[in-house]
Order: sequence, then C-alpha cells, then structure tokens
Amino acid sequence: MAKAVESSGELGTTSPRPLMRDLKAVGKKFMHVLYPRKSNTLLRDWDLWGPLILCVTLALMLQRSSVDSEQDGGPQFAEVFVIIWFGAVTITVNSKLLGGNISFFQSLCVLGYCILPLTVAMLVCRLVLLAEQGPINFMVRLFVVIVMFAWSIVASTAFLADSQPPNRKALAIYPVFLFYFVISWMILTFTPQ
Amino acid sequence: MAAVDDLQFEEFGNVTTTPAENPDATTINIEGPDESPMHQPGPPRGSGGEEDDELLGNEDSDKTELLAGQKKSSPFWTFEYYQTFFDVDTYQVFDRIKGSLLPIPGKNFVRLYIRSNPDLYGPFWICATLVFAIAISGNLSNFLIHLGERTYHYVPEFRKVSIAATIIYAYAWLVPLALWGFLVWRNSKVMNIVSYSFLEIVCVYGYSLFVYIPTAVLWIIPQKAVRWILVMIALGISGSVLAMTFWPAVREDNRRVALATIVAIVLLHTLLSVGCLAYFFDAPEMDHLPTVTAAPNQTFVAAKAS
Repeated sequence: MAKAVESSGELGTTSPRPLMRDLKAVGKKFMHVLYPRKSNTLLRDWDLWGPLILCVTLALMLQRSSVDSEQDGGPQFAEVFVIIWFGAVTITVNSKLLGGNISFFQSLCVLGYCILPLTVAMLVCRLVLLAEQGPINFMVRLFVVIVMFAWSIVASTAFLADSQPPNRKALAIYPVFLFYFVISWMILTFTPQ
Repeated sequence: MAAVDDLQFEEFGNVTTTPAENPDATTINIEGPDESPMHQPGPPRGSGGEEDDELLGNEDSDKTELLAGQKKSSPFWTFEYYQTFFDVDTYQVFDRIKGSLLPIPGKNFVRLYIRSNPDLYGPFWICATLVFAIAISGNLSNFLIHLGERTYHYVPEFRKVSIAATIIYAYAWLVPLALWGFLVWRNSKVMNIVSYSFLEIVCVYGYSLFVYIPTAVLWIIPQKAVRWILVMIALGISGSVLAMTFWPAVREDNRRVALATIVAIVLLHTLLSVGCLAYFFDAPEMDHLPTVTAAPNQTFVAAKAS
C-alpha cells in the first residue's frame, strides 16, 4: 500500500489536480489531527502542503518585528522555519535508524500536521496578549500552551507509535516530545514589542 | 594400588529427607541442568584484571560477545551501517544513563554497559536535551533574577540556543577525538591491556553529560552557594565516571603521563560546566547592588535638601 502511494502523487500525474481536492485533503487531515484516533489517513495519503501552511503561519506569528534591533530577542522567521523542518527531519532519521518502518515523507507529514494544535495556541496567545499584561495574562497563556502541547504529543504518538519496534517506542517518541516542547517554549516566551 | 581403593566414592544413603521427617536436617536444592550460565563460579580475580572481564550476570553478555564480530559488516555508504549505531533498546539506554549517574568505584562504564555496542542515540539526544535545558534554564533564571527591576524588559535570548549547541556538540565530539588520538599514540609506545574505540569514547562522554541536565534545571535557583554546590556534585559524578573509565587505559603508561591525562580530562569537564554557568546564567547578587547603594545616596540628598 505504501508503494502505491509513492507512485501516485503530485509528481506522477500529468493532468493538473484541482485545487479544491487538495484543499479538502488538507482539511481532512487537519480534522484527523484535532480528533486523533488510530487511522491511516495521515500515513497513507501523505502530503506536505499542510505542514508548509502551518509552518509558515507559525513562523510569521513568531518572528520579532523589524523595529526590534536587540540581539537577544526572539527568533526570526527563517530560524523558526529551519528549526521546524530540521527538527522534523532529525526525528524522522532517528526513527528510521532505530528500525521504524515508516517512510521519510510520511513521518514528516505526521510531524508537520501535529503542529496544528500549537499553531492554534499561538493564535490564542496573540489574542490574549492584546489584553492587559500581567500574571493572569501569563497564566492563561501557560495553560493554553500546556494543553495544546499535550494535544500535539498525543496526536503524533497515536500516528507514529505503531510504526516503531515495541522495545524502542520510548526512544522514538522522546525526540518528538523535545521537538514540541521547544516549539511550545518559543510560543510561550513570545513577547510583542 | 591400595591408594586407588581409598579413593572410591562412598555411597550415601537416600538423602532426600523431607522437613517433615527430620526437621533438624538441612536440605540443599541443587538446580537442574538448565541453570543459567551466570552461576558459574570463576577463579578469584585479582584487582588488576577485574575491569577487563566483567560478568555482571546479564544473559546477553555471551550473545553480545559472539555477535560483536558480526556487526558493522555493511559498507559505510549504506543506511544499514549507521543503523548499527542505533541498535539499542529502551532498557539499555536507561541502564547506561543509570550507570552514568551512579558511578561504582572499580567498575568501568564501557565494560559494564557498552560492551562492544556503542550507540549514538544516547550522546546525540542527551546533548540536544542539554543544549535546550541550559538555554531555557538560563533564560528562566535571568527572568526571575531581574523580575523586580523597572528597566528590565524580558527577551527570549534565542541566540543563546545556537551558541549552546555549538559549545556542547563541539565538546562532545572534539574532546573524544583528541583523547582517542592521544590514546592511540600512547598505545603505539606502551602496550595497554585496555583500549577503546572512538565510538566508545564518544559514548562515554555523551552519557557522562547526562547529569548536567538536572543540574542545569536546578541552576535556576538564584543562590550562588547552591549553584556552586551543584557544580561540585555534577563534576564529582561525571568526572568520576570519566576518570574510572580512562584510568585502565593509561595505567600501564608512565605515571606522570597517566596522571596528566586524567587531570586534563577532569579539567576540561570543569571548564565546560563552569563556563556554561558563567555565560548562560547571570550572577544573582551583582545586579541587586546598584539599587542598594543608590538608596542611601537618595536619602542623603533628600536630607541635605530639607
């Protein structure tokens, strides 16, 4: 089944795929991430559009404004982009080296789509930051980020855990935990200028 | 010939007396033929050789020794070659981490836990975790220290992550490289019983850095004394793991060279931890001094004005 997916795809077709069909596929995967249950849709029909949209959105919201000339500010757009993609590639290579039977792009697809809860958290945080700053503001943001972080972990574990050999599951899941933890930290420490 | 008759075995009676029959008799159970190989009693070992042959009682030890010759047979440009460096299970990684946290005097980390199966999973992910632990803890600690000041504006200090990554990964790869080169050079002059491969050295260094992860988190506490005590404890633990690992490898050498090597290893480790503490974590007391000295001046000026 994996072979069939690899051959039929955007690269193999000659006729242009309708935009609505792609958007619907992306939207369906978003739903699968928001309500994670053991299904093969994310793995079978992988695509990287969803991760790209999410990554760009997150990087746009996280970048510091050009007015801020401080050296020690938050990450730039390119830095967030590189962290997300480099992190996802590292985790994928790690899980393949440990003996997982998931393909490279399937794993990138799952990791990218499971950033969706954290992107939602970023949106919520930016809205909350429009209100008055203070400890309550921080507690609300902390709570939202923690919940979304847990959601991302649960979603990605539901999709990725089965592809690992049973005695190495924890070894493959821990880098995912670290990856989403770092992204959550970047979201939580975002301070507007 | 009479001596041969004396050597005949005596026939004992039926010794299977149950405790019910004879409550005073002690019965010993001897295990059947399928006893595990770990119960073989070896000859008493001298203190010099105990690091070299360890029978921990782990059943895989025989299997691992047999398989050691069959590993790493793929050429280095195939994926399978690199998979041999990740051939560890979860419990093995936990055991190695536990071994790095509890150094037992006289037990060699490499012989005990690595056993010709060095992995790159541990060193890589421990270093990654350490990089983020130091950067995040440093950021958090600076935030807590400067919390009350009016002129302080919180910044996430994201640049420090790349700096931390450079330092930690350079340490975890370049120092083992230098040490391995040095040991190979000494080995050509003085025959050593114990010699380590490059990956085993990387492995030891990687796992010895694990103790710095909780140390970095605890460094958030803004007390100088606490931080220096933590430095001592962490250095004691990881330094002793390294020293006990490399002492057998330099023991046969010239006394001064051996001691100098161990001192250099511990010194570099100290430099790493103290350097990270100094760079990523602001000093707690220094920043409060200006506010303390400013107040008496203001009161003095106010008293003068009135």
